Amino acid sequence: MRIIVVGCGKVGTTLIDSLSKEKHDITVIDTNSAVLSDVSNTYDVMGIVGNGVSYTVQMEAGIEQTDLLIAVTDSDEVNLLCCLIAKKAGNASTIARVRSPLYSREISYIKDELGLSMIINPEYAAATEISRILRFPSADKIDTFSNGRVEILKYLITENSIIKDCTLIEVSRKTKSDVLICAVERGDDVFIPNGNFILRANDIISIIAAPRNAKEFFAAIGEPSHQVKNTMIIGGGMIAYYLANQIIPSGISVKIIEQDRKRCEELSELLPKAKIINGDASNQDVLNEEGVDGVESFVALTGIDESNIFLSLFARNKTKGKIITKINRIAYDDIISTFNLGSLISPKNITAEYIVRYVRAMQNSFGSNVLTMYKLIENKAEALEFEIGANSPVSDKELSKLKLKRNILIGSINHNGIISIPNGQSVIRTGDKVVIITTGQGLNDIKDILE
Amino acid sequence: MNYGMIGYILAWVLTIESGFMVLFPPIVSLFYHDKSGIVFLITGLVGLAIGIPCIIRKPKNTSFFVRESFIVVGMSWVLMATFGALPFTFSGEIPNYVDALFETVSGFTTTGATILTNVEGLSHTCLFWRSFTHWLGGMGVCVFMLMIIPMAGGGSIHLMRAESPGPSVGKIVPKMRQSAVILWEIYIVMTVIQIVLMVICKMPLFDAICLGMGTAGTGGFGIKNDSLASYSPLLQWIVTVFMILFGVNFNVYFYIIRKDIKSALKMEEVRAYFIIILISILIITFNTLDFSNGNFGVALKDAAFQVGSVITTTGYSTVDFELWPTLSKTVLVIIMFIGACAGSTGGGIKVSRILISLRTIGSEIEHFIHPRSVKTVKMDGHSVEKETERSVSIYMLTFAVIYVCSLLVISMDKYDFTTNFTAVAATINNIGPGLGAVGPMGGFSGYSILSKIVFIFDMLAGRLELYPMLLLFWLPAWKKH
Repeated sequence: MRIIVVGCGKVGTTLIDSLSKEKHDITVIDTNSAVLSDVSNTYDVMGIVGNGVSYTVQMEAGIEQTDLLIAVTDSDEVNLLCCLIAKKAGNASTIARVRSPLYSREISYIKDELGLSMIINPEYAAATEISRILRFPSADKIDTFSNGRVEILKYLITENSIIKDCTLIEVSRKTKSDVLICAVERGDDVFIPNGNFILRANDIISIIAAPRNAKEFFAAIGEPSHQVKNTMIIGGGMIAYYLANQIIPSGISVKIIEQDRKRCEELSELLPKAKIINGDASNQDVLNEEGVDGVESFVALTGIDESNIFLSLFARNKTKGKIITKINRIAYDDIISTFNLGSLISPKNITAEYIVRYVRAMQNSFGSNVLTMYKLIENKAEALEFEIGANSPVSDKELSKLKLKRNILIGSINHNGIISIPNGQSVIRTGDKVVIITTGQGLNDIKDILE
Repeated sequence: MNYGMIGYILAWVLTIESGFMVLFPPIVSLFYHDKSGIVFLITGLVGLAIGIPCIIRKPKNTSFFVRESFIVVGMSWVLMATFGALPFTFSGEIPNYVDALFETVSGFTTTGATILTNVEGLSHTCLFWRSFTHWLGGMGVCVFMLMIIPMAGGGSIHLMRAESPGPSVGKIVPKMRQSAVILWEIYIVMTVIQIVLMVICKMPLFDAICLGMGTAGTGGFGIKNDSLASYSPLLQWIVTVFMILFGVNFNVYFYIIRKDIKSALKMEEVRAYFIIILISILIITFNTLDFSNGNFGVALKDAAFQVGSVITTTGYSTVDFELWPTLSKTVLVIIMFIGACAGSTGGGIKVSRILISLRTIGSEIEHFIHPRSVKTVKMDGHSVEKETERSVSIYMLTFAVIYVCSLLVISMDKYDFTTNFTAVAATINNIGPGLGAVGPMGGFSGYSILSKIVFIFDMLAGRLELYPMLLLFWLPAWKKH
């Protein structure tokens, strides 16, 4: 695919790294020629010096033949303007990075009105990722579909789990929750299970569910509802704000330690339910006083990677809770991972990952209508989200009457925002969004699921 | 230094060259019943036997930086020339190996200077191979290689930069491989068009192929002793036009393919190139009217041919311009140094470097009048980076240093100053003929072995834009990391 990336900062470079590995034709626009020559010396990309907002520069970058423009400069307004110009100059899909909380409330309006394909907010995405981990620290991995309305969680069945040696029908009878076990990894094999499939210990199951139902399911199988009760966040930046906003409603008590008095006041205004502490977290006494040894989770989100590492190392000695460390700049992954810093969160990587996922789906969707593609189990199982067009052969029929191919599962149906886990009597309507789980590859259209 | 990767690339270069050696010359020899074909076949097969085993496994460590690229490009060209010279010696047609090497280097670097006194004495196979080296060297073997082997990462851009001429080499499309493919496609299509046109205008096929490849690479090896003088005026005009076309920055053709005529016409370098050609032709036409007995058409044709041949650094000739008036000869010597456009197959200093230098001088003078003025040098509407400005100045200086040193060494031979001066100019600018004893009807055979080696170095340095060759002799570059 032909892609233009505007802005060559941390996120831009990470993106270029991932996208060039997937063999796309990439043109990079940046005003700083030194950064550009670095990038074009390291990756097989073409660099153009200039302001990405400029029509001439975009034309020079070949906007007319471009499939996708991604604007990730550090200015929200520049990014939005880039996308607007690109939309008019060519016929490209556009992705903009917009990070200001000011816009975040109006994001869907901006997105629809300006005709953007995707708006990515790295801080918000990082916060979402952290909040998912805090909600299910026992799930190995959590991913979402349909703007977060559907979650896919991976969970390892242990020896003393109550769903060990149960068929899926028994599991659903026991748990009485509206979830779907959509894939099972056993050793090197991957199964798309049916109702008579028997789960064994050490299976890794992928569960598809709405977030609320997933929680019920975990409670029902006796996994002590692992959502942390409280969390201590160090640094009151944008991620902290988004994170607190996301987790306070689900009943996690939040304590934010922030150095800057003024920011503290802002935060206390914005987050009335959170406890805001004005203090220097690099002072051990402050942490001890605020009870770091009793917290169930500790999130280091200061702007300095080195501080975050040290804070997490300190917390690791004090508490048995979940530790989450934000690392954004430092590239020495191998060394950092030996430090035992708990979950590492990197906004730039998350952003790049989100965009790459979109690009993959977009590439998949040339001549098809895949909305999202998510590699459930690397190269073995995929989850794809489709939008059902008019007159689709699958719509307006009971699912039990459809002749599905083998190893295909309909994971969820999103009907006007209402998520349901389908059964034999469910009916897909035009305009619904459905998630399909498959072990095969190359599904390009919803009709490909039929025999 | 990543020696594994250097070896891998050298093996590829050897394989490509051997492949061509096995493929084409034997076919030519079948047609003309030459005995040399078998020599090419055997040499090529030996080359393949050495090259192929080394390219089967790609080295694990593929990290590749600027210095590796420059060194490997320098070495590739040395390897290509030393190997490509072997059949000449083995077949006994150019018995002295240094002579054969000179001839091959002259071929690959698209110089066209020859040590042969009787070109027509060579077999058709050798004549073909001589012209073929022009064609391969014109676009560059490393660019050819980039087209067939997938070089992941950005290291490949350094390879292209080291081999392609010009002060700031860039890709024309985002992917290296596609850029290389597009360049070669343009090159092949233009060559074929020229050959077909010449055949239509009644040139024998063999002559058309050899001269076409020589024109495309802006080489200049003729297959007759009098170069192109014996062909019809129409054919000479065709060659004139194509020589000038191959001296144009290939980006222009890319823009034309893209139907972006506006960008194509806007390139200042190309416009300057045509203006220089036009002025030179006018001066020489009027200056040589007497020489062609007042026949304007003939004078124009010869002037255009010679100017086109010299500015694109091809080196074909239709008249002995040694006999021309001094003004015309001086114009020729000046355009020898200017050379063709960056990003073409031609050599010389390049029009873009001259433009940037002149503008730098302009802004420097401006600086005396308004000491506090800030003025950026511009090209094609973009301001030229200080880095490029600096590298252009240093390039000119390096060029001068190599020039003076070479001149000093070859002065030990028996020739006069004009001959020596233009001989170095003709080799370092990859033209071929100079003035005096190395004029269009002369040759380099009279020089000593030492001088020939100096010329070989100059030709390679000129083709690769100096630095890859200098880096080969810069010991610290060889140290391991």
